[in-house]
Amino acid sequence: MAKITKEQILHTADLATLAISEEEAEMYSTQLTEIITFTEKIQNINTDGVKPTIYGSDNDNVLREDNAKRTITQEEALKNAPSKEDGQFKVPSIME
Amino acid sequence: MSLNNYSIKELVKSLHKGDLTAVDTAKMSLDRIKEVDDQVKAFITVEEENVLAEAKKLDESKEAKGRLFGVPGGIKDNVMTKGVKTTCASNFLANFDDPLYNATLLEKLNKDQALMIGKVNMDEFAMGSTNETSAFHPTYNPWDLNRVPGGSSGGSAAAVAAGEVMYAIGTDTGGSIRQPASFCGVIGMKPTYGLISRHGVVAFAPSLDQAGPITRTVEDNAYVLETLAGHDELDATSANRTVPKYTESLKKDVKGLKIAVPKEFLGNGVSEEVRESVMNALKMYELLGATWEEVSLPHLAYADAAYYIIANAEGASSLARFDGVRYGKRADETEDMTEMLKKSRGEGFGEEVKRRILLGTTMLSSGYRDTHFAKAQQVRTLIKNDFAAAFEHYDVIIGPTTPTEAFKIDETLQDPLTMYTSDILTVPVNLAGLPALSVPCGYSEAGLPLGLQIIGKHFDESTVYRAAYAYEQATNHHKKRPDLGGAN
Amino acid sequence: MKYETVVGIEVHVELKTKSKIFSSSPNIFGEEPNTNVNPKDLGFPGTLPLLNEEAVEFGMKAAMALNCDIASETIFDRKHYFYPDSPAAYQISQDKQPIGEHGWIDIEVDGEKKRIGIERIHLEEDAGKLTHSSDGSLVDYNRQGTPLIEIVSDPDINTPEEAYAYLEKLKSIIQYTGVSDVRMEEGSLRADANISIRPVGEKKLGTKTELKNLNSFAFVREGIREEAKRQEKMLDKGEVIQQETRRYDDKIKKSVLMRIKGDADDYRFFPDPDIPPLHIDEEWKERVRKEIPELPDARRARYIKEMDLPAYDAGVITDTIEMANFFEETVEAGADVKQASNWLMGDLLGYMNKELKEVQELPIKPKDLAKMIELIKDGTISSKIAKDVFTYLVEEGGDPEVYVKEKGLVQISDEGELTKIVGEVLDANEQSVTDFKEGKGRALGFLVGQVMKATQGQANPQMVNKILKEEIEKR
Repeated sequence: MAKITKEQILHTADLATLAISEEEAEMYSTQLTEIITFTEKIQNINTDGVKPTIYGSDNDNVLREDNAKRTITQEEALKNAPSKEDGQFKVPSIME
Repeated sequence: MSLNNYSIKELVKSLHKGDLTAVDTAKMSLDRIKEVDDQVKAFITVEEENVLAEAKKLDESKEAKGRLFGVPGGIKDNVMTKGVKTTCASNFLANFDDPLYNATLLEKLNKDQALMIGKVNMDEFAMGSTNETSAFHPTYNPWDLNRVPGGSSGGSAAAVAAGEVMYAIGTDTGGSIRQPASFCGVIGMKPTYGLISRHGVVAFAPSLDQAGPITRTVEDNAYVLETLAGHDELDATSANRTVPKYTESLKKDVKGLKIAVPKEFLGNGVSEEVRESVMNALKMYELLGATWEEVSLPHLAYADAAYYIIANAEGASSLARFDGVRYGKRADETEDMTEMLKKSRGEGFGEEVKRRILLGTTMLSSGYRDTHFAKAQQVRTLIKNDFAAAFEHYDVIIGPTTPTEAFKIDETLQDPLTMYTSDILTVPVNLAGLPALSVPCGYSEAGLPLGLQIIGKHFDESTVYRAAYAYEQATNHHKKRPDLGGAN
Repeated sequence: MKYETVVGIEVHVELKTKSKIFSSSPNIFGEEPNTNVNPKDLGFPGTLPLLNEEAVEFGMKAAMALNCDIASETIFDRKHYFYPDSPAAYQISQDKQPIGEHGWIDIEVDGEKKRIGIERIHLEEDAGKLTHSSDGSLVDYNRQGTPLIEIVSDPDINTPEEAYAYLEKLKSIIQYTGVSDVRMEEGSLRADANISIRPVGEKKLGTKTELKNLNSFAFVREGIREEAKRQEKMLDKGEVIQQETRRYDDKIKKSVLMRIKGDADDYRFFPDPDIPPLHIDEEWKERVRKEIPELPDARRARYIKEMDLPAYDAGVITDTIEMANFFEETVEAGADVKQASNWLMGDLLGYMNKELKEVQELPIKPKDLAKMIELIKDGTISSKIAKDVFTYLVEEGGDPEVYVKEKGLVQISDEGELTKIVGEVLDANEQSVTDFKEGKGRALGFLVGQVMKATQGQANPQMVNKILKEEIEKR
């Protein structure tokens, strides 16, 4: 049975770049333990030699011809930006 | 005048003849929304002036009228609409005012001159089965306002059931079209994976997602799908094949149709009244000349587990792009880049979405990727094989769409696992990429609609529609409408 | 203790397709920020990757030229990391099934030949660019989606010189295939080095550090040398080398710590469900293989064997495909092999280096250079005049024969005319005639100069010498 600790939840939240509170981590720890334990019933099936299904379709070799086109302007690109400056998206710097 | 008096074909006929204008139908839809949407709350965005202006433009157009000319529809709010706010019912995208481009399916509707009335509510980022995870407000079931409409396309199903629009577009990753259609007593079709372009449909799980139409009748549904379906160069997973005339297939009866009923679909957790309604439907099929047999698809019991691993692993990846840099939520007062990204996501996403991101991220991280995620992908193959084996002998597979009638508001919210396992009957279809439709097959004791799920072979939507139409025409379930008052 | 340095090099090469690898935006360098982008490049929801066929074939071509096996089935994976330069927060790359594997390059250092293995070559997308200012960072997504190949060498490199030779050869081969400009200064070729050391004789590899920010091949050489020294000092002091990413600072000639690599690096790779797999059959491979030109090593060998070119000359001339082609076309147009190679290696390369231009950017044409060489050979122009003609060819371009005629640069070889001019010069410089007769050989040089001056340099020098001596004899 999987036990997902609060520390694991906080580590996963870090990987997912997701701010969560201690209380949330506590709650998700209980819930994910329950959910992941539930999903582990698939461990009982023998899947030796079974090819995984990765895609929804059977398509292969879907390629685009190398033609270039511009579809939006710089102004449109930045239209929804929460913060911008000099034609660029602005974000806070990394603090060391 | 009410949209409820028309089928799509009848409405199109009147519009083509000029008995009705697009402005008339726009007003019929907008009036109904004013009348009932306070109760149902199916819509997130309705830009009345723009809708009327668009309708007027259609009326004034010199072009030959399109096959959906002036027919009012609702679009799930995870479908990108140029110039119209697209929120995915998330605080993260509450101010995403201009997605800059249209989804291919919207372009197809526009080409046939359909009229978009507005954007409908959903579970946040399509993650949920009740519409209660919408960051803005829940949608209520038109049959009982104390019940959920289902989800995640709950707004789509409720808007159609309430007579606000003639059709609505939904998306279905694990049942998100069929389950709300079942709960709201309407027709919901999840086509074969790849039939409708995913370009411009906000991804949840890209190997499972598929958009589809929700309508009041089977014929309406087949009619709208003819517009939506077809190859799209902008989606590499789109199927490159000719779209059949689904409406033509309705004319043929179901004599000799071979139906498989997996015993796993009628097992534990399926309520007695649901089981009974399915058995009655099967009896009706016998009367219509079809035959049915019970079969076993042994790996269906693992479908929910495999689904929750795959869907959420892909989902966590799909939602990684929401970081507050280029669009969407930006947390205030952050001075460090990483802190900004974390807080923007933490504040922008709701509880359920965060739960799924954590679940999905866990499944892809070292220590789980090979043992859980890769294993689930193998189980997916076994489920596909089960279906393929059944389809060697049968034309369609039939069972209930949902184990129960619609939940009460708040009933499942506190217990995510119960909510997840209620999808047990719909998720196998997405794992196998098959087409499936929900058609009303009776009512519960509480007067709530129940749905029959008809599953077809890959790209055999025609047979699914034929089976659904024959059943619908032989019964009166679809004629019943919820009572919301007004000009219903 | 004596140590051995072990280096593996990762090279990123930008492919010069017309459009990006997964979107139709133009793939151009140096535009205004955020003008070469579409909703896909900005990571807008609902957008989907559409694989560029040319990028795939360029990747195949490079892999083939580097002697790799081409995968018969290859897929694309998502590599997750959060940083504003990555708009989807995952980079589309190739994890488990790269397009090419098990290749190699032969290098030569101080006459010693060595084969360097190539572990893998995979296709991926480039990220956007961040510039940092005092009150924040700015993000430009123009570069996002530029097709890249990453070429990962085996840890077969043992000296800074081998690393340098490896990169030079790699650059030359890629340049021949035409899939990239391989310009380090524009970022179309970027190199990182993984460096470790171990006591001589030890089999086990030491802990490696990754050296980034290597802006030129010379800095790669320097950086590896300095980093190996740093590690040696640490081991000698009994310190433990940490797995870390370092940056080479060429001003202080030292590597500087960027970050310590931890177990936290978990990219959560999984196959991208949006991009169907690629099946590459033999027919496709052959079609692409046919488009690869003769590569530098083969050409160099051919020039030495078939044209009798010295090994050094052959090496210089085959450095870029344009130079090699120019050389061959000049020879095909009738020029003498040695003459052609001398002009290319001397004056032409000199001019290119001075002007920072490539041969294909200059107006000079092989057939014109060949004609100029012919004009020297048949005595129409002197080698001195030829320098002037060459300048005209590289700066303006045109037919040297026409130019020589129009400018009146044809050499005077008419004996009667020259005799007349020599007579006039001798008349005007009687003292020099006397000096010469008295044995002052220097005086002849002065007289030759006077004749050349009188003819504006056009007199055939050999004939002037002969006639002068004859005429002085007569006096």
